[in-house]
Amino acid sequence: MGLDIKIPIGGMFTIFGIILTIFGLTTSGNEMYGISLNININLWSGLLMLVFGGIMLAFSDLFKKKKEEKTV
Amino acid sequence: METGFNLGVVDYSIMIIYFVFVLGIGWALKKYMKNASAFLEAGRSLPAWVTGLAFISANLGALEVIGMAASGAKYGMSTVHFYWIGAIPAMIFLAIFMMPFYYGSKARSVPEYLKLRFDEKTRGFNAITFAIMTVFSSGISMYALALLMKTLLGWDFNMSLIISALIVLAYTYLGGLSSAIYNEVLQFFLIVIGFLPLVVIALVQIGGWDGMVAKLALNPATTGFQHSWQGVSNGPMGSVMGIVFGLGFVMSFGYWCTNFLVVQRAMAAGSMSAARKTPLIGALPKMFIPFLVIVPGVIAIALINSGDALFNLPVKGNSYDYDLVIPMLLKRFLPTGVLGLGLTALMASFMSGMAGNVTAFNTVFTYDIYQSYLVKGKSDEHYLKVGRITTVVGVAVSILTAYVAAMFNNVMDFLQLVFAFINAPLFAAFLTGMFHKRTTGHGAFWGLISGTAAAALVHGLTQPVGATTLIKGGWLGTVVYQFPSEMAQNFWVAIFAFCVALVVTIVISLLTKRVKTDEELKGLVYSLTPKIVDDSKYWYQKPTYLAAIVGVIAVVLSIIFW
Repeated sequence: MGLDIKIPIGGMFTIFGIILTIFGLTTSGNEMYGISLNININLWSGLLMLVFGGIMLAFSDLFKKKKEEKTV
Repeated sequence: METGFNLGVVDYSIMIIYFVFVLGIGWALKKYMKNASAFLEAGRSLPAWVTGLAFISANLGALEVIGMAASGAKYGMSTVHFYWIGAIPAMIFLAIFMMPFYYGSKARSVPEYLKLRFDEKTRGFNAITFAIMTVFSSGISMYALALLMKTLLGWDFNMSLIISALIVLAYTYLGGLSSAIYNEVLQFFLIVIGFLPLVVIALVQIGGWDGMVAKLALNPATTGFQHSWQGVSNGPMGSVMGIVFGLGFVMSFGYWCTNFLVVQRAMAAGSMSAARKTPLIGALPKMFIPFLVIVPGVIAIALINSGDALFNLPVKGNSYDYDLVIPMLLKRFLPTGVLGLGLTALMASFMSGMAGNVTAFNTVFTYDIYQSYLVKGKSDEHYLKVGRITTVVGVAVSILTAYVAAMFNNVMDFLQLVFAFINAPLFAAFLTGMFHKRTTGHGAFWGLISGTAAAALVHGLTQPVGATTLIKGGWLGTVVYQFPSEMAQNFWVAIFAFCVALVVTIVISLLTKRVKTDEELKGLVYSLTPKIVDDSKYWYQKPTYLAAIVGVIAVVLSIIFW
């Protein structure tokens, strides 16, 4: 099948990462983190997903093709 | 106790984005669905890491995540036996010994292999029971998801059921098996990343592993829950013999090596080497899934012991409603945002279970029932069309069974029990058939029938302690033996079924004439198939080395959590 699954996986987690990172930053210090031991779990999960999504995209065909074009 | 959730805009956005991606994958694959093989077998073209993750993700469905967490809370870490001894040896065996026959024979399904190796009636028996089983399993998944959404989010039961069914139908209809497999990979990562925050925070709250052990010791009933083997013979799993032979051998090999739902993932791989690596690549994360699904259950019980003011499990009958362990932990520890992520992960696990069943069902129905018995010798285009229609029909029947499940809870318990017993005799047929050329079709067929009958007989004559309904066993009137639990009973029913099937298969084979020649059995039987030379470039890519690594990690984990 011609679809590189790393692209949708990377794409989805990057979007999730952006949403949760921004949400985490704007709700920093909010009392809702009382249940998660005052850890800003949204920010940390968001950053983790940004890294994971980024790695997936970096190794996907999307990036590979661009690289090949440059060398040509 | 209040079981509902309050979700915010962020939570709903995450859920909606996930659905968009799921459907998008199906849409993107639509243009490749040009023939029946592309639709039903993913064109045998996928890389090993994709099929490997799909291999375990298809199994990481509804009943798995909810059920294993429940079992962790009920029985403690001994539940890991379902993952380590109850999966890893079977996955290694499938990769090294059985995959060469499945993949090399060019059979398109497990029933078709049975037809090539044995005869028409053995294939028919397996195809029909498997088709019924998958439709019901998919219906049970749907029912469980809709019920959970109703309990947690207050969504309408009918609406949840129809919407989840339509989403699964849309992406399997558009992209067939490839779409299901690609989505299973997406779901796998979502389940891991979605549950990770929960496990980390819950473990910090309880004071790490040592803190958890200390809290478990507060209640005599949960003391020692952190061990997998130590004290296991006094526990609900019963004897070590039952675990090793019943769960680790018969049930586990019966499931992982013969169930087309999982084997189909490996058969979709692009090469023999990739097909053999599929179960091994799946086994690597499989060994660590207990930390995502069983450990939270154990932590939940430790939290209750410690008198955590914010956490409790609702009561159902005279015990806790253990099925709500994961949802209640999500509610206890996750604020809006990651909560939406966790709930989406939970939904993803339900959907992968459903889609896995639907795609296995349409392949078996199209190839092994429709093409074999109903309408033979039509064009490929015709079977592609039938495959698509079967997908729609399969989902429709699943919805129907979901309503049957909603009306008669006992019917579902009973069916799940029956499914558990069908695999054990099947493995006896495979073992004798793959490793001895003398095994005949009559032998295999009557082995299957008598093994299944033996399972029913043992179940009818035994009971777990405290059984109140006949569905738990003893329905033949007299109870010959009482097991410490349903689990122990299941292990032994499987052992009896397997042994009877094995003996009957061998005896009938010796009494009947061999009809298939050596030439016909080439590629189907071990002694008549040339040894496979793996062409992988590096040693760690070779299935045998990979199998050794997987085996060693499983042993080390078992020792650490002894």
